[in-house]
Amino acid sequence: MPNTFIDIQNISFSYDEDNSSDKIFDNFSLKIAKGDFIALIGHNGCGKSTLSKLLNGLYLPQTGNIFVDGMDTKDDNLKYEIRKKLGLVFQNPDNQIVASVVEEDVAFGPENLGLDPLEIRKRVDYALKTVDMYEHRLKAPYNLSGGQKQRVAIAGIIAMQPDCIVLDEPTSMLDPKGCNEVMNTIINLNKTFNITVILITHNMKEAALAKRVIVLDKGRIISDGKPREVFSNVDLLKKFSLSVPQATELAYLLKGYGFNLPDGILDEYECAVAVSQMLEDLKCR
Amino acid sequence: MSIIKAENISFTYSQGTSLEKTAVDNVSFSIEKGELVGVIGHTGSGKSTLVQLLNGLLKPTSGKIFFNGNDIWAEPKKIRSLRFNVGMVFQYPEYQLFEETVYKDVAFGPANMGLSQDEIEQKVLNAIRFVGLKENILSKSPFDLSGGEKRRVAIAGVIAMDPQVLILDEPTAGLDPHGRDVLLSQILDYHKTKNNSVILVSHNMEDIAQNANRTMVLSDSKLVMLDDTAKIFSRVNELEQIGLQVPQITKIMSLLREQGFPVSKSVLTVQQALKEIVNLTKGADPFL
Repeated sequence: MPNTFIDIQNISFSYDEDNSSDKIFDNFSLKIAKGDFIALIGHNGCGKSTLSKLLNGLYLPQTGNIFVDGMDTKDDNLKYEIRKKLGLVFQNPDNQIVASVVEEDVAFGPENLGLDPLEIRKRVDYALKTVDMYEHRLKAPYNLSGGQKQRVAIAGIIAMQPDCIVLDEPTSMLDPKGCNEVMNTIINLNKTFNITVILITHNMKEAALAKRVIVLDKGRIISDGKPREVFSNVDLLKKFSLSVPQATELAYLLKGYGFNLPDGILDEYECAVAVSQMLEDLKCR
Repeated sequence: MSIIKAENISFTYSQGTSLEKTAVDNVSFSIEKGELVGVIGHTGSGKSTLVQLLNGLLKPTSGKIFFNGNDIWAEPKKIRSLRFNVGMVFQYPEYQLFEETVYKDVAFGPANMGLSQDEIEQKVLNAIRFVGLKENILSKSPFDLSGGEKRRVAIAGVIAMDPQVLILDEPTAGLDPHGRDVLLSQILDYHKTKNNSVILVSHNMEDIAQNANRTMVLSDSKLVMLDDTAKIFSRVNELEQIGLQVPQITKIMSLLREQGFPVSKSVLTVQQALKEIVNLTKGADPFL
């Protein structure tokens, strides 16, 4: 793969080192390209969150290696370098905000890099503008909505100027509006700033927005491709009792009745267009 | 008689200070025995404040709440007994486990109701079964369980009090789709068996659409809609205006209707949609 940013090579990992039968990953490999937007989906316990913590060296694989931009996560000297390149955003915004003023929270990371105060100011302003929270910079985080807090958490990562952001279910505690705000921010980071995004999610509508979807089950990849490809294989996803977006499911069921619809329908608009086309063709108006 | 009735209730946080904020503004409604009512609204719309008013954790700044016809604040000292009857499962309840064993944790509520040991044991066993856990879990420490098991134990702790009204605030948040379906179907089973009332607060419109008999919509501290769930979700444009979404399948049918296809306004599940579309094609030639 050209421009490989993350290279996971034959890793094994278990939380219980003595009991190797309980492996989360067993000889697992994956390459992720620079600038890609990956959605990782799968059941609780499939290894998604473990993987995110392996990527920035919070956990180390027992065998095999993980390279982030060519740096081995096992190399203690590179730990800080790796965490500067690869930032993590978690589920609960309340667990990742440390300061009592928005801009101070965003400055926390860069301050710890020992940067010049002027540089910190520049980065904080830039990060807050990127997530569209600049006007709230002097507010107290507890006065913000969940979606706003989550965007502040993302700004805190952007201020570190990472090449890659890993988000572990960043919208699962947010209302629909907050979800949209955060998803738009993520898409913008990837598109405009070419930051590699790894989004861990249970929400299939969100996964459909990625460039590449990877489905994990018990530490193995069971499907990997463009959202359209992955979601066209409804049978496989159902076999692992994963859901597909309702639009995809409706099209799949209609096809089961023998109707002619395109493969891999992802959202409500595509579905409505395809169904109305189908009805036109059948002269059912 | 309604099991819960709210009459013009309002609640203002930090009243009389510069941080004063009205979270519930002149809300009235009633809930009947055996109903499953959904509550939706964007963050900050007042959902959580409202449900805390219903089980007496907060006292309304004005207005009255009746449980089985009795004003719950008529005798403030008796408010505790209301909480046995109006059980509340908070968001992320797994963080509220505290006892040494699962048994003790689930038994905490019934034990405080002054029941005998036998009665307590019976209630604990029933509650554990309802949430799909096995008896062998009772002697374990709640902190050794998986996230999903912890959540079930926490819900069992409230169910064990046999509340006449069970309030669940985002019970499925953070679970995967499969875990969500299983937990919801257990809650539904419980609801049907006991014929008690359930109030389900959720951001997941699909969950509400598929399960609630009626749905309340809150926006900016006010109750803006309360109706049969199918009717609520047929008001696609109004919901979108206040920052809510309808289930994807409902949206698809609404788009088809805009195209002039005579499909129902109140489609809530993929199966209903499938039926509607197949019906439209009846009489069409090709292959049916």
